[in-house]
Amino acid sequence: MFENADAILLARIQFAFTISFHFIFPAFSIGLASYLAVLEGMWLKTKQPVYLDLFKYWVKVFAVTFAMGVVSGITMSYQFGTNWSVFSDRTGPILGPLMAYEVLTAFFLEAGFLGVMLFGMKRVGPKLHFAATLMVAMGTCVSAFWILSVNSWMQTPVGFAINDVGQYVPAASWWDIVFNPSFPYRLVHTVIAAYLTTAFAVGAVGAWHLLKDKANLHARKMFSMAMWMAAIVAPIQIVVGDLHGLNTLEHQPQKVMAMEGHYDSYPDGAPLILFGIPNSEEKRVDYAVEIPKVSSLILKHDLNAPLDGLDTIPDEEEPPVGIVFWSFRIMIGLGFAMLGVGVLSLFARWRGKLYDWPLLHRLALIMGPSGFIAVLAGWATTEVGRQPYTVYGVMLTADSASPISAPAVGASLMAFVIVYFAVFGIGVWYILQLVAKRPHAHESGPARAPIRSAGITPGPAEGKGGDGRMDTRPQNPEVEPAK
Amino acid sequence: MSGLETSLPLTTIWAFIIAGSVFAYVVMDGFDLGIGILFPWFDVGNERDQAMNAIAPVWDGNETWLVLGGGGLFAAFPLAYAVVLPALYPCVIAMLLGLVFRGVAFEYRWRDPGHRALWDIAFTAGSVVAAFSQGLILGALLDGIAVEARAYAGGWWDWLSPFSILTGISVIVGYALLGATFLIYKVEGNANVIAKRFAWRLFWGTGAAIAAVSAGTLFLSQRYFEKWFSMPGLVYTSIVPILVAVLCFLFIRAMRRGQELAPFLICLGLFLVTFAGLGVSMWPDIIPGAVSIMDAAAPAKSQIFMLVGAAIMMPIIIAYTAYAYWVFRGKVGSDGYHD
Ligand code: HDD
Ligand code: HEM
Ligand code: HEM
Repeated sequence: MFENADAILLARIQFAFTISFHFIFPAFSIGLASYLAVLEGMWLKTKQPVYLDLFKYWVKVFAVTFAMGVVSGITMSYQFGTNWSVFSDRTGPILGPLMAYEVLTAFFLEAGFLGVMLFGMKRVGPKLHFAATLMVAMGTCVSAFWILSVNSWMQTPVGFAINDVGQYVPAASWWDIVFNPSFPYRLVHTVIAAYLTTAFAVGAVGAWHLLKDKANLHARKMFSMAMWMAAIVAPIQIVVGDLHGLNTLEHQPQKVMAMEGHYDSYPDGAPLILFGIPNSEEKRVDYAVEIPKVSSLILKHDLNAPLDGLDTIPDEEEPPVGIVFWSFRIMIGLGFAMLGVGVLSLFARWRGKLYDWPLLHRLALIMGPSGFIAVLAGWATTEVGRQPYTVYGVMLTADSASPISAPAVGASLMAFVIVYFAVFGIGVWYILQLVAKRPHAHESGPARAPIRSAGITPGPAEGKGGDGRMDTRPQNPEVEPAK
Repeated sequence: MSGLETSLPLTTIWAFIIAGSVFAYVVMDGFDLGIGILFPWFDVGNERDQAMNAIAPVWDGNETWLVLGGGGLFAAFPLAYAVVLPALYPCVIAMLLGLVFRGVAFEYRWRDPGHRALWDIAFTAGSVVAAFSQGLILGALLDGIAVEARAYAGGWWDWLSPFSILTGISVIVGYALLGATFLIYKVEGNANVIAKRFAWRLFWGTGAAIAAVSAGTLFLSQRYFEKWFSMPGLVYTSIVPILVAVLCFLFIRAMRRGQELAPFLICLGLFLVTFAGLGVSMWPDIIPGAVSIMDAAAPAKSQIFMLVGAAIMMPIIIAYTAYAYWVFRGKVGSDGYHD
């Protein structure tokens, strides 16, 4: 059925599909791992059981997320070879070592301590268990470090020479290669993105339970923590995103032209096109809504600064403008929406209505998936904006693929689509079921825990009086810190 | 040296590191997958729960060796990575999808008691598919891969041959043996009895598989025949049967005495011997008959950079992996490790 299809196009679709699925899980587990470390740390420090309960509530979600992240990641590490073998042969000497470092410093760390984190509380005691949680959280960030260095090198390649068989080989110091020009921006922006994604996911769960029972102490705690995160980090992300964009303007100008929808050059001040429909045939943005000169202000900090447009680059080097233009706007829109929620939550806090304002809770609920959508939109901007290259300015996507015929790529693509939607769809369903459960005292652990505690020490009805002071009840013997 | 050439000693070291990772993967994920393969023979409930709990805390670490094997190949021998994966495309994809099902089943079966039976089937099917695909990969690799101009030059079904099917089945049997002996060590009660029964049967099965694959390899190509019957292969040819015989004897004795950990360790030895045999067949090629390790090697500068990392990290990784196994040592019991 794929005889007449283009093998490269199918391989691109396959890559985009599998990486997008993969990234959904790390985006959540990077943030969640750090959140869990904070919760457990707070529990050890304050001994308030609410933190341990929240830890146990979210660690179950983490376990499912992480499993999906691992299996979809293993697919990724072989996908370079199966579908992009020419790319692999050429870039292996530079990208291979960076990915090997990721395995050595991050994947083993996560995997080694994951078992202790999920199943080991009774065996190792709270202190060592906390150390394991920290290791897992650290592993997720180290993983992001290396893989983003790899991706950034493909965006802004530096420090390489080309040898006689056409491979890119390391010519400058490894330091230069790892810390290539776009890497610091991409790393900071993506890790913050993961934190925001988690904050809004956790916040939505808190909001959902607050809407049903505004006195639920556990829901209050998670909602409050998530809203602090949103209020503090969303503005930082916007600033970082701006810096990231300026860096992109310096190194990948045509990507920014596509993001901005600038088909034409503007010698004296470029407009900011808010909305419109990019029309690459006619080289213009139809129905554009624009503010004069503001794009120059953002990108050059000068209303009248000249800006080049896509008319200055050859047609065959033009990225698909429509996708880049729109995915960029989706990300930005969500970024500002997140900021809005953050600001509202500060206002609510100031007025003492944080737990008592259904409108805010509904808003937070709707924004639950916003982080996932924003990270995917951000990646689409980044990756599609880099086209037609896999290694920017150096290696064309069309020259990167494996010598595999369309039917083979098409068949494997179908297999991935079916399996991923089935398996990960069900996984997401399980996560939704987990978070639909009311968070409560004496939360059970991750595996098939017999929920023995529930009937034994019921504790006072949750949220009595709604004042949030629920910490006086006796500690659950099952979870006593002193083992 | 500018570091842009390839270096023989470094390349040799990397060949050993990659072979070591692949071996670590084969035995460690081997027993995980083996338990998956044997799963249907254990009763729903306590027996299966014990079997699952025996590996739940460690499977992710075990599987990471596969990522190191693949990632290491990409880094140290990019050409081999770029040729082998397209050549074995369907097997690799099947293996990955098998591992997807196997990996999520660990979590999903606890999350959804109503459909636990379904996830148990997914666990087994994923394990069988992954093991069989790995066996196919081994067989196809030994059988040879067509290479032209730094790229795979064969057809879509080249990997399929009676020999690769033989290796596929052999890997299933071998992994199941590892799984059974690991369970002897980890589980109690009736599950332990079942594991012992399987260990015996699979032991003979594995012996037969080793014999068949060895004989098959010799007839696969003149090249292998010469390797084994000229120096230095000849040395190995003469000691392999002795080593295998000794290990078999030890295995039988350990099983008769009812020892619980020894059979597993002896099986690791058996795998090591056969794995080294594969090394003799392939050396110094990374794609037998087509690409040598030197042809495929990345420049020295890349290999040195990684070697620094490997030298620092490997001991640390081994230490905390050992720690994780230590934490979960002994019999598992059926109520899991949860908090
Ligand atoms: C929660 C997620 C999230 C949010 C709210 C934002 N971003 Fe973002 N953005 C990402 C998540 C992300 C990302 C997934 O992390 C990307 C994709 C690749 C990358 O480097 O980061 C990204 C890429 C990306 C790029 C492309 C860089 C390149 O590849 O050259 C730019 C210019 C921005 N972002 C700018 C912004 C601005 C100005 C934002 C504020 C309104 C913003 N982002 C909000
Ligand atoms: C994790 C989030 C990521 C997402 C959502 C993502 C998304 C995409 C998308 C949408 C494409 C298709 C672009 C097109 O063909 O128009 C693509 C291509 C590609 N990306 Fe990414 N990407 C991600 C990360 C990475 C990373 C970390 C790497 C490298 C390590 C990478 C390497 C590639 C390669 C090699 C291609 C194929 C060639 C191409 O079409 O550009 N991507 N990705
Ligand atoms: C093409 C690019 C990518 C490849 C080849 C890849 C590869 C992998 C592999 C093999 C695993 C499983 C590790 C294990 O066995 O434990 C994994 C998991 C993970 N990856 Fe990716 N990955 C890619 C993109 C990304 C990106 C862009 C990020 C983050 C910014 C990321 C972050 C993680 C994290 C944190 C994990 C741990 C599992 C989880 O948290 O869900 N990966 N990845």
